[in-house]
Amino acid sequence: MTIAALDGIQSTPILRETGRSTPHHVLEFEKPLAKLEQQLHDLEALQGQKQFDYTKELRQIRTNYTALLRKTYDNLSAWETVQVARHPQRPLFCDYVGMICREFREIHGDRLYGDDLAIRCGLARLGTHKVMLIGHHKGRDTKERVACNFGLAHPEGYRKALRCMKLAEKFGLPVVSLIDTPGAYPGIGAEERGQAESIARNMMEMSRLRTPILAVVLGEGGSGGALGIGVADRVAMMEFAWYSVISPEACSAILFKSNEGAAQLAESLKLTSKHLLKFGVVDSVVPEPLGGAHRDPRTAAHNLEQFITKALRDLKRCKIENVVARRYEKFRNLGVVIETTKRGMAKAAS
Amino acid sequence: MSQLPSQDAAPAKRTEGIPEGLWLRCPDCGDMLFRKVVEESLHVCPHCQYHFRIGARLRIEHLVDPGSFEEMFNDILPTDPMDFVDRKTYADRLESEQAKTGDPDAVVCGKAFIKGRPMMLAVMNPDFMMGSMGSVVGEKITRTIEKAAVDNLPLLIVSCSGGARMQESTLSLMQMAKTSAALARLDEQGGLFISLLADPTTGGVTASFAMLGDFILAEPKALIGFAGPRTIWNTIKVELPEGFQRSEFLQEHGFVDFIVHRKDLRSEIARLVDFCVK
Ligand SMILES: [Zn+2]
Repeated sequence: MTIAALDGIQSTPILRETGRSTPHHVLEFEKPLAKLEQQLHDLEALQGQKQFDYTKELRQIRTNYTALLRKTYDNLSAWETVQVARHPQRPLFCDYVGMICREFREIHGDRLYGDDLAIRCGLARLGTHKVMLIGHHKGRDTKERVACNFGLAHPEGYRKALRCMKLAEKFGLPVVSLIDTPGAYPGIGAEERGQAESIARNMMEMSRLRTPILAVVLGEGGSGGALGIGVADRVAMMEFAWYSVISPEACSAILFKSNEGAAQLAESLKLTSKHLLKFGVVDSVVPEPLGGAHRDPRTAAHNLEQFITKALRDLKRCKIENVVARRYEKFRNLGVVIETTKRGMAKAAS
Repeated sequence: MSQLPSQDAAPAKRTEGIPEGLWLRCPDCGDMLFRKVVEESLHVCPHCQYHFRIGARLRIEHLVDPGSFEEMFNDILPTDPMDFVDRKTYADRLESEQAKTGDPDAVVCGKAFIKGRPMMLAVMNPDFMMGSMGSVVGEKITRTIEKAAVDNLPLLIVSCSGGARMQESTLSLMQMAKTSAALARLDEQGGLFISLLADPTTGGVTASFAMLGDFILAEPKALIGFAGPRTIWNTIKVELPEGFQRSEFLQEHGFVDFIVHRKDLRSEIARLVDFCVK
């Protein structure tokens, strides 16, 4: 069996052991949880020494822990959700490739300028489906993150993605796009090579691509950088991902001239999966395991795979003309406006 | 990391709109100019050819044959779907911008003639929340594109915008996909789309319809880019090259076809229509 991996990336560090792990990185709001985890850990060690029986105590702490975990994650604020989406142990594109693809052959370069490692593309087998898999990769360790530019793509990344989508169209492969980026890179080279044009072109071409397209926001859905590979027949978000026109920090920098408004603006930006489902920006939310994907990457990957394979099955049943027409209508109807004269009364569209 | 900063685009020296008074100062060469002279020269500085930033209605007056503009879709009004609050509520912001401009939102659309050629026209208004694109701008531009396709008319969009409107968050973002998709349909039908970029054109507007013209025109020295210069500076902390993200820079890098002086826009547009419309 072929090992599914990105070129140059040998292992998936978060999964080296069992795939179920205690996060080493503790977010601010997870501190009470970490305390219980520590207690549990200590007591388990004592239990191991077999001097006393702590079965009852252990059960009690485990119950408390699960209750607190559920309570915490059921009530995450928008700003806390952003923190979870950026958790350093949250599974990344390459981790998901390793967990859900039976085969992955990476494709390189845009044939125009270079090969952007912030966006990865490849031929993949996913369940019974052959697909063109596309996604942002942020990188795990420092070296890899620098190579991937932290998932901030340049125009050549978007153009590589488009080239691969055209290949997919030609050979009748559905496109699966996994989004995880703070945004498209704001730099001199990116501007010189047409960052804006590359994103615009991708949206235009994706809207009429004659093959089914799925998009899932894995972690961060940073604005045009996300949407540049995000025009799809089905758009989904992992439960604790965020997707917005601008990051809360950048929004705060503009509106408050400082970082102080980020938490408040995160709420205002309505960037969570729950909100975006309501606005029709996403069609589905892929559930994450209790306490987030970073606690149990395998379950997260399993849920993602379930979503993808089911959506592909559904889309493959439809005529491609209808798929493309419905894709157009889906984006055509997004937005909320008031129309005053039609039907003689105020009406909020969509 | 900023993506589509909508109020990040305005260089400090350029103020929104044109100040009142008999005299005004050219933001580029600094000369004091008699207002009437500036107005008579299409709001271009007679000394240095600096193109003043102008509102949508004045722009239309400059561009189209007198009395030929027939406004459309002006019954589409903004609302506050996100209950957005920063220092002010979005609802309050909308109200004050509407009072200031007399328009419901940041784009004016309709049908007009330019040198006798009929066309559909959408003009963004920098005086309204920096011409930012929310649901209304996206919807009106999309309807203008669709109308151009249905009536088989050339399409002209004048971009002048800080980008996607933060206050409508992801719905603003989706307008990029919506307008780009509508342009794909116009394209398949063989429709002509002329995109004119005025100072400034940045963020989600550049990264959607503005860059998808069959022909892309720009006024001289207009700021055109994806990320605003301040965002770039904040990210890379490197001095930006001279003329970076100006029309001439974009033309040099292959993203603008023509740089056109404001006084020549009408004849350039007419020429393109004559070449392309069967
Ligand atoms: Zn001057």
